Amino acid sequence: MAARIQVPEQAKPGEVIEIRVLIQHPMETGYRYDEGGQTIARNTIRTLICRYSGTEIFRADLSPGIAANPYLQFTTVARASGDIEFSWVDDEGVAGSERTRLYVAA
Amino acid sequence: MKTGFSRRGFLARVAGALTLPMLARTAHGQTPALAPALDPQVQAFTRGASARPGRVTLALPSLADNGNSVPARITVESPMTAADHVKAIRLVSDRNPERVMATFHLGPHAGRADISTRVRLAGSQRVTAVAECSDGTFWYDARSIVVTISACLDES
Repeated sequence: MAARIQVPEQAKPGEVIEIRVLIQHPMETGYRYDEGGQTIARNTIRTLICRYSGTEIFRADLSPGIAANPYLQFTTVARASGDIEFSWVDDEGVAGSERTRLYVAA
Repeated sequence: MKTGFSRRGFLARVAGALTLPMLARTAHGQTPALAPALDPQVQAFTRGASARPGRVTLALPSLADNGNSVPARITVESPMTAADHVKAIRLVSDRNPERVMATFHLGPHAGRADISTRVRLAGSQRVTAVAECSDGTFWYDARSIVVTISACLDES
């Protein structure tokens, strides 16, 4: 599973920055049927956590009510250069993670 | 010249008579849903506390051609300081099979309470965003949306 994280190229300390994440995931609802009439098992990302230099800054509990390839945008206050790391787990127990570097300079 | 029956007054009465029955019905003539603050899913989030309208802004298009991916943005007026910030935001759907769409947890380090995502909607309905503030108060905003092609019903 791939994900793309977008952060500003460089931020100033104290600046409120936008973080965007797009994860490749079907977010299967469990309400659809395949050609044979069998229910397609539900498979959605349940929890998505974002950490900034190891500290949790954002957490989302998701459901099939979130579109496939979930996209999220939120904000945080830039403090010092560090990794922005996302990690998630879906219904099949498959965990994924992705990180990017945030550069903070005055 | 003064008469008791003016053209302007007549038009106002006709417009009023036409509008009232429309207001009593929801967009698709369904039975009106409970007020957002009385919704059991909202009450579960507020743990019984009352949610008030205001502070929260839910931006949602009024019409969506495809319910599989509808952009939604939630902003909450809050200074986002350690003493006064938004702790969590929940999105509740009126008609989706799973009514709690998402719960977002944030804190003072967010700087702003501003979250965007894309949601799935199983038909025309009302979506409610409820925010929990650190002072224990709950605020909400609700938006009605008309969905032309519903999510969840495809390929079945």
